[in-house]
Amino acid sequence: MTKLALSDEILMQIDKPARYIGNELNAVKKNKADVDIRFAMCFPDVYEIGMSHLGIQILYDMFNKRSDTWCERVYSPWPDLHAIMKEQNIPLFGLESQEPLKEFDFIGITLQYEMCYTNILQILDLSQVPLLSKDRTNDDPIVIGGGPCSYNPEPIADFFDIFYIGEGEVVYGKLLELYKEHKKGCYDRAAFLHDAAKIPGLYVPALYEVTYREDNTIAAFTPIYDDIPHTIKKQVEMQLSEAVYPEKPVVPFIKATQDRIVLEIQRGCIRGCRFCQAGMIYRPNREKRVSDLKEKARQMIRNTGYEEISLSSLSSSDYKELPELLDFLMDECKDQHINISLPSLRIDAFSLDVMSKVQDVKKSSLTFAPEAGSQRMRNVINKGLTVENILGGAEEAFKGGWNKVKLYFMLGLPTETEEDMRAIPELANDIAALYYDTVPKEQRNGKCQVTISTSFFVPKPFTPFQWAGMFTPDDYLGRAKIVNDHLKEQLNHKSIRYNWHEADVTVLEGLLARGDRRVAKAILYVYEHGGFFDAWREIFDYNRWLEAFEACGLSIDFYALRERPLDEILPWDFIDIGVTKEFMIREWNQAHKETVTPNCRMRCSGCGAKEFHGGVCYEDKN
Amino acid sequence: MKIRIKFRRFGTMKFLGHLDLMRYFQKAVRRAQIDICYSEGYSPHQIMSFAAPLGVGITSDGEYFDIEVNSTMSTKQALEALNATMVEGIEVTGYVALPDNAKTAMAIVAAADYRLTFKDGYESPCSVLEWQEHIQTLFTEQGSFTILKKTKKSEREVDLKPLVYNFSVAEDENGKPAFFLQVSTGSIDNIKPELVLASLYEKLGYIYDERAIQIHRLEVYTRDDAGALVSLLALGTPVE
Repeated sequence: MTKLALSDEILMQIDKPARYIGNELNAVKKNKADVDIRFAMCFPDVYEIGMSHLGIQILYDMFNKRSDTWCERVYSPWPDLHAIMKEQNIPLFGLESQEPLKEFDFIGITLQYEMCYTNILQILDLSQVPLLSKDRTNDDPIVIGGGPCSYNPEPIADFFDIFYIGEGEVVYGKLLELYKEHKKGCYDRAAFLHDAAKIPGLYVPALYEVTYREDNTIAAFTPIYDDIPHTIKKQVEMQLSEAVYPEKPVVPFIKATQDRIVLEIQRGCIRGCRFCQAGMIYRPNREKRVSDLKEKARQMIRNTGYEEISLSSLSSSDYKELPELLDFLMDECKDQHINISLPSLRIDAFSLDVMSKVQDVKKSSLTFAPEAGSQRMRNVINKGLTVENILGGAEEAFKGGWNKVKLYFMLGLPTETEEDMRAIPELANDIAALYYDTVPKEQRNGKCQVTISTSFFVPKPFTPFQWAGMFTPDDYLGRAKIVNDHLKEQLNHKSIRYNWHEADVTVLEGLLARGDRRVAKAILYVYEHGGFFDAWREIFDYNRWLEAFEACGLSIDFYALRERPLDEILPWDFIDIGVTKEFMIREWNQAHKETVTPNCRMRCSGCGAKEFHGGVCYEDKN
Repeated sequence: MKIRIKFRRFGTMKFLGHLDLMRYFQKAVRRAQIDICYSEGYSPHQIMSFAAPLGVGITSDGEYFDIEVNSTMSTKQALEALNATMVEGIEVTGYVALPDNAKTAMAIVAAADYRLTFKDGYESPCSVLEWQEHIQTLFTEQGSFTILKKTKKSEREVDLKPLVYNFSVAEDENGKPAFFLQVSTGSIDNIKPELVLASLYEKLGYIYDERAIQIHRLEVYTRDDAGALVSLLALGTPVE
């Protein structure tokens, strides 16, 4: 049995020691003498969050299918253990071998949300690896980042040796082969990184130089060598059905946030909502073959023993073979008492029928994401959902026995007016009224419960809204107040509950999402002054961030609040995601004209993703 | 049909909490394709109940849970199927069918055997021989063994003598003392073995350090009709 990195004394005094002991079902153990490469795959948040992430499960499986590589997992130690490790100088370790990360060849860190940036520094600090790429030596692991936030890696560029832009299935093999080649000779870290930068999709920030204008915008972004590319091309797995997918995912002992089988049915989205980064960076939409999905589902049920299976995609209703897949799953799962969970479904007759078969209608609630209250605003964001769709879906749902409805909206979207804000409680009121009109008194299962949630919109790189301005926390809270006040004036306000997101963290998220390399010193400042786990409300300290921006001379107005001119060089312009900047500009203009752009299946809008030669762009042309 | 399953947990698996262990076995019986019964209703759950769950940090050779099944494999097949899907540190050692009128293990637990040893890096305050004398004079030869039991509300004196059926010491493989305790267990008089040892420390003026002691459960018992202690597994019969 593997000897644990932490002593009994430590494990008995911290919360949830099972986070740190490894040995979960389907965790992969290898003999380190039998492999050339040791890869630590890290999700920089607590175990229960990190273990819920599909991407790591896929890459873990992919790496461990190679005989020359042993991939282990690592997550952020919770502050209780963090303090002990710092005090006793215990190096952070991989869960499988329980050995220090600093002895590994690679530390791969997935970047899923901006608020984990300080946790990256925690991981490196506890691993006893220099925080800055420039301070690392030949003996230190290569620190590589990937995931959605790597589409603007600049604010954390100083901390990474390489960023992988795109889907992990494509060029990791090349990188590992190159590494082995370099390790055979006299290994020199800088030489390896220089060669790595020639692999498509790999960005080595140290090899690019950024200069700035007097107004603080970027003047130029240039490679320092002639033999590395000017633009980094997103890597896309076009043979999704053939690509690796874990038949034996690791099953945690403690309850993870996502405590179920996750079956990825497609990547990308045909919808083109203008605020949505995932909808752009994962283009083109690619569906997996339904026959393969059935087989995978069977294997995963068998190999994990999970009691629930969930479909993963950005918009499951758009998956063409959904009825066939769901029929199969309902059949397969019924006798085995496996629940089916169906996130991201559009509410219509079909989905309500399916949901009524797999859920307890009385207990479950229905979720609508209109994202905006008024039709005008929905046209601006290209959310192709009409008030008829919403009310029609709600009516069907009420007839089907549901009486709980959740509604998700954003506040602070570009061009938003007070009228748009007031439309949110009005829509909620219409839905509540519909319940009382639709369901006769004697058939009602109590009152109807409508819950409104609003988040504040954060402009993200590689979206048509990437130029949009943001607002101050007070302004955001003022918008929430308008919604709240107007809600109280609604006839059915007693059936409606309203909660809104925090405003300060929104501004910070926006700053980090669109920042440049100069933001890194503020992140470093926050970590060095005790800040991490910023994604946790009870731990997050906004004032420490304000202090950091002050100390580093960074302006929140410049990075977060101002609207960018269309001709400004954006920090992420050197990345080519296939979707062109011309398309983004077109969409930005269409938004201001309140014009809807049809989805990819209705009509190609020439976004540029067709160059990947597959997916929805070629659907009817095979 | 009612089935009783016995298992061991050892090594690093002692850090699993009881709920995690339960969740682990819920998935394991599915993987092993045990034909377990589910409750009625919209969110059916497996009919499964654990006997006298242990705290985090304790290892055991004698853990039990009961399940209900629609049909069953043989004991041999079931043990193979379950052990083929266990993680290192959890091993299924028993699988027996119970009479239909059997009460759940949880309801009938009467006693348990424990072995308490010193962990690496910790030494005993006195030798095995000295411990033997201490136990003899302070426990075995005494009519009572009273301790002060503290609860949230009050402190009261409790006599442990009638609830500790056996208390002895021997030398373990490292030459350190290993305590053996058989204590009353269950919903009425549940005695933790470390409480007994800590009380002895206190009477001797030693400081009891819970970090020093590894607690290991050896077996869990119920009482047969004659009142004698029998292992929980003994109430069932192997399936051919």
